[in-house]
Amino acid sequence: MIKVSRSTILDAPVAAVWEVLRDFNGHDRWHPAVDRSALEGGKKTDQVGSVRNFVLGGGERIRERLLSLSDKDRRLRYAIVESDVPLMNYVAEVSLKPVTDGDRTFWSWSSKFEAPKGRERELADLVAEGVYDAGFEAVRARVERRSPASSAPLQRAAGGAAIDGLAMVIDRHGGPEELHPARIAAPPPGPGEVRLHQTAIGVNFIDIYCRSGAFDLLQPPGAPGMEAAGVVVDVGPGVRHLRPGQRVAYACPPVGAYASVRTMAAELVVPLPDSIDAEAAAAGLLKGMSAEFLLHRVHKVQQGETVLVYAPAGGVGRLLCQWAAHLGATVIGATSSEEKARIARAAGARHVILPGTQSLEDQVRDLTQGRGADVIYDAVGRDTFAHSVAALAPCGHLISFGQASGPVGSWDIGSLAASSATVSRPNFAHYTDTPAKVAAITERLFHAIDRRVVTVEIGRRYPLSEAAEAQRALENRETTASTILIPNENEESL
Amino acid sequence: MAQVYTSSVIGASAERVWAAIRDFNALPDWHPAIKESRIEGGGPADQVGCVRAFRLQDGGFIRERLLALSDYDFSCSYSILESPMGVENYVASVKLTPVTDGARCFAEWSAEFDCAQEREAELVALIGNDVFQGGFAALKARFGDA
Repeated sequence: MIKVSRSTILDAPVAAVWEVLRDFNGHDRWHPAVDRSALEGGKKTDQVGSVRNFVLGGGERIRERLLSLSDKDRRLRYAIVESDVPLMNYVAEVSLKPVTDGDRTFWSWSSKFEAPKGRERELADLVAEGVYDAGFEAVRARVERRSPASSAPLQRAAGGAAIDGLAMVIDRHGGPEELHPARIAAPPPGPGEVRLHQTAIGVNFIDIYCRSGAFDLLQPPGAPGMEAAGVVVDVGPGVRHLRPGQRVAYACPPVGAYASVRTMAAELVVPLPDSIDAEAAAAGLLKGMSAEFLLHRVHKVQQGETVLVYAPAGGVGRLLCQWAAHLGATVIGATSSEEKARIARAAGARHVILPGTQSLEDQVRDLTQGRGADVIYDAVGRDTFAHSVAALAPCGHLISFGQASGPVGSWDIGSLAASSATVSRPNFAHYTDTPAKVAAITERLFHAIDRRVVTVEIGRRYPLSEAAEAQRALENRETTASTILIPNENEESL
Repeated sequence: MAQVYTSSVIGASAERVWAAIRDFNALPDWHPAIKESRIEGGGPADQVGCVRAFRLQDGGFIRERLLALSDYDFSCSYSILESPMGVENYVASVKLTPVTDGARCFAEWSAEFDCAQEREAELVALIGNDVFQGGFAALKARFGDA
C-alpha cells in the first residue's frame, strides 16, 4: 500500500477554497492535468455516489466516485473506479481547515493506493506532484489575495539604477515604416514588478493591428508587442514566484514587448520549464495560448468533430491543426499553396482545401458527406467570413478570431439560421486577464509542448531593429511558422 | 457546550515544534502566561493520566490531566480538574500537522466546555485569544512565522 500525503497553506478564507473544491465536477476549470470532466448519469456534483469522468491532458481517462462529502468538516473522499493510469484501490481525501490566525486555509490532500511492481515510486511522485501539488498551485492562483495595483509605478523601490535598452516604437498609427528605434530606460522594479532582459520577442498579427490602429491596445507613442522571453534581472517587493536569473516568458497585454529590457507586472510573467528555450517561448507562447483557449475554452473540441482551420501553415493555424487532431477531431486545412498544404498535412490536417474551381463551402461539403464543418477557426476575416458561414454543419460554431484580410463588417444574424450557427469573436485579453487564467492556459500548453502534442517552429529571425521588415513579411503572407525578433546586445548602447 | 478553535502556521517542521511542546510539564518553557509547573506525584510527564499543576503569571492555579498523547499524530488531549475560570467538562486538544510544501506546520488548539451561559462569550475569547493564540504567538516568535 502506497500512501501519499501533501498539504499547503493558502492565503484565502477557508470558505472561498471550499467553494472551489467541493465541486466534484470542477477540476477541468482549474486543475492543469484535467482537460475535461463530466458527471455520469445526470447526477449532481454534490451527490454522494456520483461518478466523474476525467480526460487528462494526454488523453487518459479516469472515472472516480464521490464516497463522502461534508460541508461541516470541509472534507471529501473519492475512489478511482476505472483508470488508464494504473492506480489500484485508490482512495483519496481532500480536507480543509481554517487557519484562524490570519484567516487562511490549511489544505490536506492524501491517498492510499497500490501500483504495479516497479512503478510505485513513479506513480507516487505523479500523484504527489502532478496531481496534488499542481492542484495546490492552480487553486492558489485562483483564490489568493493579491496586492492591489501591482502594475502601478507609484511606489517604486528607492535606489537602484535604470537599465538602458532599445525599443521599437511608433509615434502614430500607420504602416510598418512608423516603427523606429528609440532609447529606453527600464526602471528598477517596484512592488509586484519584475525587470527582464529580453532575449527573444514574438511577432504576431495582433502587433500589426496595434501598429495600424485597428486595435486600440497601443496609444502612441509606444512599443507594440505582446510576447517575449528572457531572464529576470531583479524583482520588486512582494514578488515570490520569480527570482533573478530565472528564465521566463509572457504573452499578454499591456503591449510593449518590442524592447530589449522591460519592467512590468510580475504576475503576468511565468517561469519557463527547462524543456522550452527562450526562442521557442517567444515564438510559441501567444500562439500556443491562443490555440489553447480556442480549442479548450471558446469551443471544447470533441473527438469526432470536423474542424476547419484557415491558414493551417501559419503560427496559430499549425498549432490548431496539431492539437485538434490530437483531440480526435478530423481537421481540414484551407490554404493557398501546395507548399503550405504540405505543412498543414504534416501538422495533422487530414484534408487540405486549395483555391480551385469549386467554392470553399462546396469543397468542405464534399469532404463531409454534405454535412459541413462542426467548428471553423477563421482569422482571415473579410475574405472568408461568408464562406465560413456557408461551410458550417448544422449547429456549427464559427470562431472568428482575427481579420488578416480586413474587418468582417456588418452581418444580418438572420443568415445564421441557415445552419443554426453560433459565432464567437473571442478576444485574447479576456481569456488572459488574470494570473489564474494565464497559469491554467500555460500549464496545459507547456504540458502539450513537453509531450510534443504541439511543436513550435521558428520560421524567420530578425534583429529587433528590423521589426518593421518582420511585420511587413508577416503582413504580405511571406512567412510560414513563427517570426521572432532578437535584441542585439550592441543595440542597447544605441 | 461551548467550543473554541484556534489554528496557526508555525515556521518549523512538525517534528521540531512537537519536540518543544510534547512535554506536558514544559508550559512555562514556551507559554508566556504560565509561570511554573510540576507533575503531581513526581511521575513522568508523558505518562497518560498524569496531572500537571501550574501557576499562571497572574497567580491563578490550574490542575490538568493528560488524557491522550500521540507522538505519531503530534497531538495531545487534556482535561481541567481545577481552575479559577468557572468551566466544567473542559477537554482540550493540541495537534500539529506537517505542511509538505515548506518547513512549517499547521497547529490546532481546540477545547469544549460547559459554563454559565452569560460567561460563554467572555471565556471563549479568553481561552481562544489569551491561552491558545498567545501560545501560538510565542511559538511563532521562537520558530518563525509562516
